[in-house]
Amino acid sequence: MTKIWTPNRRQFLKSTAGVAGLAAASSILPGGIARAAGLTVGFIYVGPKDDYGYNQSHAEGAAVVKKIPGVKVVEEERVPETVDVQKTMESMINFDGATLLFPTSFGYFDPHILALAPKYKDVRFEHCGGLWTEKNPKNVGSYFGYIGMGQYLNGIAAGHATKSKKIGFVAAKPIPQVLLNINSFLLGARAVDPTITCQVIFTGEWSLAVKEAEATNALADQGVDVITCHVDGPKVVMETGAGRGMYLCGYHANQSKLAPEKYLTGAEWNWGKVYTDMVNATLKGETIPNFVRGGLSEGFIKMSPLGPAVSEAARKQFESTQATILKGGFSVIKGPLKDNKGNVVAKDGEAFAETDVKLESMNYLVEGVVGSTS
Amino acid sequence: MTTDIGLWGVPLAILGGAIRVSTPFIFVSVGEALTERSGRVNLGLEGTLVFGAMSGYAVAYQTNSAWIGLLAAAFFGMLFGLFHGYICKLPKVNDIALGIALMIFGSGLAFFFGKPYIQPVAPHLPAISLGWWSDVPQVQAALRVNVLFIAGIALAIAASWMLKNTKVGLTIRVAGDSADAARALGIDVNRVRLWSTAAGGALAGIGGAYLSLYYPGSWNEGISSGQGLMAVALVIFARWSPINCAYASLLFGGAGALGPALQSVGVTQGYYLFYAAPYVLTLGLLIATSSTTRAMTAAPGELSITK
Repeated sequence: MTKIWTPNRRQFLKSTAGVAGLAAASSILPGGIARAAGLTVGFIYVGPKDDYGYNQSHAEGAAVVKKIPGVKVVEEERVPETVDVQKTMESMINFDGATLLFPTSFGYFDPHILALAPKYKDVRFEHCGGLWTEKNPKNVGSYFGYIGMGQYLNGIAAGHATKSKKIGFVAAKPIPQVLLNINSFLLGARAVDPTITCQVIFTGEWSLAVKEAEATNALADQGVDVITCHVDGPKVVMETGAGRGMYLCGYHANQSKLAPEKYLTGAEWNWGKVYTDMVNATLKGETIPNFVRGGLSEGFIKMSPLGPAVSEAARKQFESTQATILKGGFSVIKGPLKDNKGNVVAKDGEAFAETDVKLESMNYLVEGVVGSTS
Repeated sequence: MTTDIGLWGVPLAILGGAIRVSTPFIFVSVGEALTERSGRVNLGLEGTLVFGAMSGYAVAYQTNSAWIGLLAAAFFGMLFGLFHGYICKLPKVNDIALGIALMIFGSGLAFFFGKPYIQPVAPHLPAISLGWWSDVPQVQAALRVNVLFIAGIALAIAASWMLKNTKVGLTIRVAGDSADAARALGIDVNRVRLWSTAAGGALAGIGGAYLSLYYPGSWNEGISSGQGLMAVALVIFARWSPINCAYASLLFGGAGALGPALQSVGVTQGYYLFYAAPYVLTLGLLIATSSTTRAMTAAPGELSITK
């Protein structure tokens, strides 16, 4: 009666054979369509690319890549961490001829990149934040930056600015990267004054505007006077915090434009450098290492210029600490150190350098952080 | 500068949260109450809300006036309402299905046009400080009341009075309770519903503008966390009475502030559970007030969900 189009087996085979043929054609031709027009690089973001946050930091990196001669950049934003990202990647590979992909969101890695990588062996998948291991396909790589160091420096600026000795952190989810940021922020502040405490509020999601605003207000009500955050788009936290008279430490990107008087400094990604290096290596025919990490000294992260509210003493300590970090081997997490439940996390004399992989499975908040991981 | 208020922060945050968070719920649910009292369901208000947030922010930024932005949001909201009302007039159109389509359409359209407005900072709607009597800064902050909140409460009272005591109210109620009776009285049922839906859409647009122009006060694609949809559910919870809609919204806003407030005073275990508080509370109240004999008595008879 009703005519709903349902593909029968023959049509289904025909269309899948077509897709497979297309894929095969592009892999038989040397380099497919891509080699003809130089290198095509695909960037995939989970949110809007102008969110003053994580996605913007990657899009700024992509903008730098666009300037490299012979490189074409294709981008897609607001791609959910579902099978959608596989479709996006496949269309970038098959229709745009992309041979280097940067799917930037954490949840793209497993299972989506891992599912596609064996199918497209000539394509390089570079994922941000994932933990690549020897068991994973060789055409997949993972890169990330030690931004905890940036939050440590944020903490130093915050430690000098706070009068109530209470600083605040609006966090999305208690995953290792976020916990390391919270701990680093407090330890930075405690390098200024060991009586400072840090109040953390988890919102439970990467992007929840109203809850982030409520969290910022709740922190202000408790007398917190310096705030930072780890959510996808820090704009709401920064604007609400400034409205309540708090000092701000940025995250992901430079938010100083939102409240120049209140903005102390910020921990920013510097993907432009990372992406340029990777694209240049690919152009030269070199292979990018599967596991790439870097911090301040490698230029993976940078600090926002210090704002007008930063005092002279703060500037001095900030700059000398930054110089120490740049020399390498600096440890934020070092003993004797307890977590906020009283368990020892680092014995006397024990220190975890920024490169320590153990930090990527952090599951505690250090003493002085008011909050809980569950 | 600040006073240490300790545990008092929790009730204060609930009060502040009720005032800050509830406004979009009030506008959307009062608007939807009007629409549903005329016998039609508009599930698309979530899309209208998001589009209102976007258009309000965009126009406020372009004209540098939050008030013109607010008017624009109401205007576009009304267009969405008129569209819904007009299509539903056609024979054999299901208002619920159309509402769902409009919800997705409105959000998508808002994301499309809203792209260039994520970064710019638009002017905000003004707030009135009702906390002048206190010298505790936290109390002053909690009692910074936006004009739209006051307007929303006034609107809920006015709408309740209007439905009960005026000819317009009677016309809407008749159209909603029995289309046949309305026709016998010479009332053009479709026209009543068209304008009721338009009014509901305009109010939802204003609710959206509150989100982008006051609290949290910026436009991005995640600005609404389902407020429009939740507000439609609140109408049923409030038994189709605008004044109850306002109460329900206040309750919902206050309960929503519980999670962050408890974490800020150090109650940090199980925050996912506290975030569910508004929903648990709603569920609990629904169960407590339900009755086998008079369960849906307040429901308009022409609603497609009750027929």
